[in-house]
Amino acid sequence: MPAAPIKVLVPVKRVVDYNVKVRVRADGSGVETAGVKMSMNPFDEIAVEEAVRLKEKGVAGEIVAVSLGVAQCAETIRTALAMGADRGILVETDAALEPLAVAKLLTAIAAREQPGLILLGKQAIDDDMNATGQMLAALLGWPQGTFASKLTLEGDTATVTREVDGGLETVALNLPAVVTSDLRLNEPRYASLPNIMKARKKPIETVKPADLGVDPAPRLTVVKVAEPPRRQAGAKVGSVAELVQKLRQEAKVI
Amino acid sequence: MDQSLLDKPSHAEIREEVAKLCARFPGEYWRKLDQARGYPTEFVAALTEAGYLAALIPEEYGGAGLPLSAAAAILETIHEAGCNAAACHAQMYIMGTILRHGSAAQKQRYLPKIASGELRLQAFGVTEPTSGTDTTSLRTFARREGDRYIVNGQKVWTSRAEHSDLMLLLARTTPKEQIRSRTEGLSAFIVDMRQALGQGLTIRPIRTMMNHNSTEVFFDNMAVAADNLIGDEGRGFRYILDGMNAERLLIASESIGDAKWFTRRSVDYAKERIVFGRPIGQNQGVQFPIARAYAQMRAAELLVHEGLARFEAGLHCGEQANMAKMLGAEAAWAAAEACVQTHGGFGFAEEYDVERKFREARLYQVAPISTNLVLSYVAEHVLGLPRSY
Repeated sequence: MPAAPIKVLVPVKRVVDYNVKVRVRADGSGVETAGVKMSMNPFDEIAVEEAVRLKEKGVAGEIVAVSLGVAQCAETIRTALAMGADRGILVETDAALEPLAVAKLLTAIAAREQPGLILLGKQAIDDDMNATGQMLAALLGWPQGTFASKLTLEGDTATVTREVDGGLETVALNLPAVVTSDLRLNEPRYASLPNIMKARKKPIETVKPADLGVDPAPRLTVVKVAEPPRRQAGAKVGSVAELVQKLRQEAKVI
Repeated sequence: MDQSLLDKPSHAEIREEVAKLCARFPGEYWRKLDQARGYPTEFVAALTEAGYLAALIPEEYGGAGLPLSAAAAILETIHEAGCNAAACHAQMYIMGTILRHGSAAQKQRYLPKIASGELRLQAFGVTEPTSGTDTTSLRTFARREGDRYIVNGQKVWTSRAEHSDLMLLLARTTPKEQIRSRTEGLSAFIVDMRQALGQGLTIRPIRTMMNHNSTEVFFDNMAVAADNLIGDEGRGFRYILDGMNAERLLIASESIGDAKWFTRRSVDYAKERIVFGRPIGQNQGVQFPIARAYAQMRAAELLVHEGLARFEAGLHCGEQANMAKMLGAEAAWAAAEACVQTHGGFGFAEEYDVERKFREARLYQVAPISTNLVLSYVAEHVLGLPRSY
């Protein structure tokens, strides 16, 4: 017997757009974000897409997009709503959020919302932490399926194909569960104009970390952010003999 | 007008999603079409399915019912992304004549299907070989015979006629000698080209400098049902005229998008390309044409925004629409020039897309209205100088 459609919670992060060439702030305190185009983290976009596809298949019910951070994160939620999420929750704070704080805030949201599945990107392309999903699963005590390239739901079980070193691993998880999306899970859609218009009318609730009983203060100190060293130009060699000679005498590796 | 309002790009979320759609149609897609002089069927289908071409059609007829600035944002974004909306932009605005002047039955019959894309209304039969911009001298004649009109004549530079189901046709219904005012005696018709093709309608493609799907169209005793006359007989010229400001503002938006594309390409290349041990963009000789074109684009963009704001407020916007179209096209051309010059030899290589966009951008100083006609409008209708024609 098919189970009732489950509620899906999709956390989405606002990050510097993947097309932007990031620049380090002059004082080395971080990456310049002023006046820079911001978009939804691409892995989260894949998570939203997967949630919408689950809904279209009838296995997922309501989709709730949640974003954490500054007021403009509402725009990121709006993008998720235009793709097909039903409503949004903005956890508004100016604090610099680290994965543990995000995981704690999401734990509190999950306690309120009681989703059957939390689907999020495996990592965000800004700090590449790859930690929030795992921490969230641990705090909730839920099973986790990270780096998903395939996801199917049947009854109380989620079957997740994971992209691991050296191949694919398939795990079965009892719901509720946390699943993080990898690149090959799907290709996200672009929203249609009617859906953009509908999204304008969908509700976004705003809460503060204090409302959720969480102190989002950072636990880490960023010592310094620096540009990677400039790559030196390579050299062309004319023959194998020249290559061997250079490797031996200049690079001194053979 | 509030400067901050003017500067703020409107319809941000629409721009965002249109850009995502366009990302699926990269330069390679357009290069292949350009070589084959092919029609961007997949691109047009994607825009249609996503509802963008129905942005201006009221919700009651299945469109999004958005203001003109939304359509402008869509077209600008398409061009800024390196795509070309010329293959389908008319689907957005030609229907305006039916919307404003058509009968309730015509609106019900056509608009929902135009909104869904089932019917393509993107051919506009106005220009003729012997009249050009002197529209009121056009000769194509529609003679009433019972419950139909019989049309004879010829149109030229009819874009997309091979890729449209319907044509909005302007034809003479009263001989020029019998009219009191030269804006009278012309009538607007909806022609179902699917039925008329081979039954008095012939379409012949014209090969041009760029891939624009232009054609010439011949009418030889083509029958059009009298039901397909829009509004009153003899008033067609006015019905067509009042859609022209919208068209000009939309075309200006495309030019703004083109200018932004060229400038981004110029800047990226000038930063990357190392000659004499430093990026060429460090040379002011390279910087200045790019910067000047950018300044021109921004000025034109502000005029586009003013025109859109006036249009949406129901105010006269002929001055702004005409000047925005001219300045936008000139800014795009300046940016195109700077882009080719910055790229040097690579500006001519097809794989850089610069030469293709360069050819495409040139069009808008000629179509849909030539720069000279814009200037004469400004001189005579805005500044009150004596009429030259």
